[in-house]
Amino acid sequence: MKKHQRGKFNLGRLLQDNIVPVMFIVICIICFPMSGYSPTYLLNELVTRLGRNTFLVLSLLIPVMAGMGMNFAMTLGAMAGQIGLILVSDWQIWGIPGIILAMIVSIPISILFGIFCGNLLNKAKGREMITSYIIAFFMTGVYQLIVLFMMGPIIPIIHDTLKLPRGYGIRNTVSLLNMRQYLDNLLAVNVMGVKIPVLTLLIIGLLCVVIIWFRRTKLGQDMRAVAQDMEVARNAGINVDRTRIIAIVMSTVLAGFGMIIYLQNLGNFPTYSAHTQIGTFSIAALLVGGASVEKASIGNAFLGVLLFHMMFIMAPAAGTAVTGDSMIGEYFRTFVSYGVITVALIMYEARKRRAKSQTSHLLALAQREEEASAK
Amino acid sequence: MDRTDMEKTLENRDLMARFSFAARFGLPRTIIAGFVLLLFIMAPFVGADLTMQIGNVINRFSWNAVLVLAMVPMIHSGCSLNFGIPLGILAGLLGGTLSIQLGCTGVSSFFVAILLATPFALLAGGGYGWLLNKIKGGEMMIATYVGLSAIAFMCMMWLLLPYTEPTMVWGLSGEGLRTTISLSGFYDKALANFLAIPIDPENGLYFPTGTILFFALLALGVWAFFRSKTGTAMTAVGSNPLFAKAAGINVDRMRLLSVIMSTWLGAVGILVYQQGFGFMQLYMAPNNMTLPTVSAILIGGAAVNKASIPNVIIGTILYQSIVTLTPTVVTAMIHMDISEVVRMIISNGMILYALTRKMEGSR
Amino acid sequence: MENNNAPLLEMRNIKKDFFGNQVLTDINLTLRSGEVLGLVGENGAGKSTLMKILFGMDVIRETGGYEGEVLIDGQVVKFSDPFDALAAGIGMVHQEFSLIPGFTAAENILLNREPTKKSIVSEVFGPRLNTLDYKEIAERSAKAIDKMGVKISGDMVINDMPVGHKQFTEIARELSKENLKLLILDEPTAVLTEKEAEALLQSIRNMAAHGISVIFITHRLQEILSVCDKVVIMRDGYVVKESPAKELDVPEITRWMVGRDVASAAAAEARELPDARAIMSIRKLWVDMPGEVVRDVDLDIKEGEILGIGGLAGQGKLGIPNGIMGLYEAGGTVEFDGKPIPLNSPRECLSASLAFVSEDRRGVGLLLDESLEWNVAFSAMQIQDKFLKKYLGGLFSWRDERAIRAVTNKYIDELQIKCTGSKQKAKELSGGNQQKVCLAKAFALEPRFLFVSEPTRGIDVGAKALVLEALKRFNREYGVTVVVISSELEELRQTCDRIAIVSGGKIAGILPASESSEAFGALMVSQVI
Repeated sequence: MKKHQRGKFNLGRLLQDNIVPVMFIVICIICFPMSGYSPTYLLNELVTRLGRNTFLVLSLLIPVMAGMGMNFAMTLGAMAGQIGLILVSDWQIWGIPGIILAMIVSIPISILFGIFCGNLLNKAKGREMITSYIIAFFMTGVYQLIVLFMMGPIIPIIHDTLKLPRGYGIRNTVSLLNMRQYLDNLLAVNVMGVKIPVLTLLIIGLLCVVIIWFRRTKLGQDMRAVAQDMEVARNAGINVDRTRIIAIVMSTVLAGFGMIIYLQNLGNFPTYSAHTQIGTFSIAALLVGGASVEKASIGNAFLGVLLFHMMFIMAPAAGTAVTGDSMIGEYFRTFVSYGVITVALIMYEARKRRAKSQTSHLLALAQREEEASAK
Repeated sequence: MDRTDMEKTLENRDLMARFSFAARFGLPRTIIAGFVLLLFIMAPFVGADLTMQIGNVINRFSWNAVLVLAMVPMIHSGCSLNFGIPLGILAGLLGGTLSIQLGCTGVSSFFVAILLATPFALLAGGGYGWLLNKIKGGEMMIATYVGLSAIAFMCMMWLLLPYTEPTMVWGLSGEGLRTTISLSGFYDKALANFLAIPIDPENGLYFPTGTILFFALLALGVWAFFRSKTGTAMTAVGSNPLFAKAAGINVDRMRLLSVIMSTWLGAVGILVYQQGFGFMQLYMAPNNMTLPTVSAILIGGAAVNKASIPNVIIGTILYQSIVTLTPTVVTAMIHMDISEVVRMIISNGMILYALTRKMEGSR
Repeated sequence: MENNNAPLLEMRNIKKDFFGNQVLTDINLTLRSGEVLGLVGENGAGKSTLMKILFGMDVIRETGGYEGEVLIDGQVVKFSDPFDALAAGIGMVHQEFSLIPGFTAAENILLNREPTKKSIVSEVFGPRLNTLDYKEIAERSAKAIDKMGVKISGDMVINDMPVGHKQFTEIARELSKENLKLLILDEPTAVLTEKEAEALLQSIRNMAAHGISVIFITHRLQEILSVCDKVVIMRDGYVVKESPAKELDVPEITRWMVGRDVASAAAAEARELPDARAIMSIRKLWVDMPGEVVRDVDLDIKEGEILGIGGLAGQGKLGIPNGIMGLYEAGGTVEFDGKPIPLNSPRECLSASLAFVSEDRRGVGLLLDESLEWNVAFSAMQIQDKFLKKYLGGLFSWRDERAIRAVTNKYIDELQIKCTGSKQKAKELSGGNQQKVCLAKAFALEPRFLFVSEPTRGIDVGAKALVLEALKRFNREYGVTVVVISSELEELRQTCDRIAIVSGGKIAGILPASESSEAFGALMVSQVI
């Protein structure tokens, strides 16, 4: 009987719950003919971006599971990854070993950043997202302090090609030419003109398996419990604060790996701005995939990366075609990424309030009925 | 423990709190104030011209003070920090560009700009306030992203709206507004030149009497409002919405009013900023105003749900002192220009500090 | 097991005070395995404090611990936190649910005690990375559910459950603990339907048959008699009666619960006002106040009287003023002075010269962060435009700080509010003085009709007398009709002319304050839900 009841509301509910992905599919369908891109080109770009971005987006899942919302401070992991890459390029360890070493170097930095961030978020329960958003800005300052001033005098940097002419600090762009797409090209397969970075996708697949496995562990179960009711979890003897810190640390470490995968694909990165938009774009992608602030799945991540980047690729071309100005498309996609996050946040808060008012409404209704029957 | 004992300890703690500056002012604020003091003391030793530095601080204060003032109404009504100030700023930009487009020049263009910005500010503030009433408790995050979305949306509009005034549009194509528009001939120094007192005329440094007076006027208005019946009700809503509701106050209407006030002050604030700075910055520029403004009022001693005019004045002075003095003083001392990093860490650190405090009394 | 004759639980001479306020005196209690003990008493009789001591709750330690001894199996124990108590085999089901809403019953039953399987990863990174053994979880939770003798599916998510099932899940969680010897049930039937309650009673009998002892706290006296072996009745921090259940009946328990010394000289000043007209008529009032639901209340309040509204906690007495004053959604009709009062609108009520002192002092009653002046003058300023000074011919008006200070100082003197001055912040005052500020706020409105909800909750004896005296004086001197809502019957009997008792969300009856305590007690439990 219960099933039947659910079935009745299905279509409307389904549309309402997935309004964001549906909107995006519509945008993509409209943009596609206007952009004038060939399907092969589009597919090629999409596969590249799937390999480039999915790991980053997946790193957001664990804090959501622990009820901490979208981790805007995943940027911290990105910074750790960048520091790892800078150091490794200075040591001139290239190729796959370089990538792996950069990941290893990023781990302790990520853990440190994660613990810092997790502790702050524990002091700001209920305001995690805005706090993590500000933490990202705060740590950008610290990152600049490290990379722009401490690299050279305090952290030894050997090669002048990396350093600014003044003798300390890192140049505005770090070239990763010698590890560019090494991960993507190893085991790469070409199917009908579409290059598939098999190894990168395998790594992403492995992460998915790990996440699925993690959900079934004691720690994963604890995180789900903490997400739903911290008080109950604490009464049951779960160390709530520690569990939340672990969630953030895991997210930060994964974001560090994700950033390294992302940057090895690009082949170079702007030292001081590469990480700044990563948080926004990854979160927007996840939300486009139908995730919400309290619930996000691996499927959401994949669908989100596909849809979001489809829009990302086509918007400038479509914008140019319509208005003759390429900037329109650029601004349009920025607008859409911010807009998606805004809509998702509003829906999340509104749903929270609606749930509250609904219970009181039901109570009132029940009494009215009882009153009527009593007459 | 006896009850009287407990009361005594409470009293003692109260006394201690009253006399301990750091406890009352908050540790980070004390550190920042000490840092600024140190900067001023060090300035002559590193060869900086103190008069000029102070003159700069005063000028920058006059540009920014109204923007910081725009935080006050929303904090008072419990809508917390106004991360959505870009909405007000965009309304101000619309007013400014329209005023120029309509052919206004000189001082009058400034007041026409305020006049034209007002309907946009009221409209944007009304919608924004309505939204914030729907999502009580999640204001800050949503405000941030509403601001960002609005900025991105207006980026498209700056390109698409049919502006034609040649000083504003791109020279080549003749359409789409420039990223930076010079205001000379329009409202550049419209207020600052009023009764300006020369400090160091050779370097073009004047005391911006008009701007300061204009700020004083607005601050007085805000102060007077919070002494009125409605203003009192607004403060009570921010202090304890349940209390206000039980006293017959329409909580949502008070919040809406405060958001509209904040948004309008934001619009006026950016115009004041522009007349001091001499340029109008469009596109993503409004985004750079949000965090500095928020952190300025926090540095001045405001909390997430409490703010006053002295908070605005002290905060803006401290913040602008850091911005003005660190490049010269610290750079001269350690031969590294870490001013931007220092500013970033201080301002965002201050916001973090405020966010991670327990919110006493508010719920 | 050297001492097989020792009872499972023994409490000896337990004493407890909160800041000099004696709440438990010389409590002695014994309980054998497999026994079911019913613990009854009015609110504030000390039942929950006693259970908190037994369960090692933090509040007890934070407020200076307790005197006396708790023995389990003949051994003296001292629990420093609830986890110690759990380890010793004591389980407790609280009034509020403590369940994870999105988890299944099975997951909740074994929360944080899930059976797990080791893996290579967990060998390296620690046991928190063990994987959950879902089969074992299902089996063990099913076993615990079986112990109660009810049928609940372990796969059902808590959110989709009826209230009763949630309660059973809570109990099953305690039962799933292997070493459970003693289970404390704090009003477990309060939220259940009759049928569910009967099932619960049956499962209590089942548990007892399994050798588990149960302490059962409830206001439904019939249940006590049907399931308990022994009944302990508490009043004012004392055990006043301990007896086998067989030897008691409901009227006798009631008598023991509320019975006071005849010499207490209560209700000395109760007046009869036969000629007074009804100033407020309430008809068919329902109020949706969580935990204090009101249904179908009809009540007439006479002009100039002090009416008391009493009843057990959670029966709806607090819902009546909160509903009428518009703080919670309400329906029905309320007429004041012949004119209907619109419900759900605090402003209309206040404008009609009604005032309300809320039971939630810190939440609703006060602006904690503001000065006493603001707290006292705010409502009067907003509703009646008092304490405002007009400038420029009424173009705008400002707060009249001098008038505000004057009125605040007046009430500081009159109510003997202890403070450093009218500018002190409300949060810095003690509970009793905060309550006086709340009264001052209502008095400053100069109302014709005043609701006062739980005026003496959580304040000391001296302040209590002062607050009640102030209310009486306000009534006598200004002819204001006052309605006092309180859980303390004795206090109502001292202050009021008539007392209405609320039970099950309805008015169970109205009696003159001079009526005997037993009569009130019988009304209190008459329709308990």
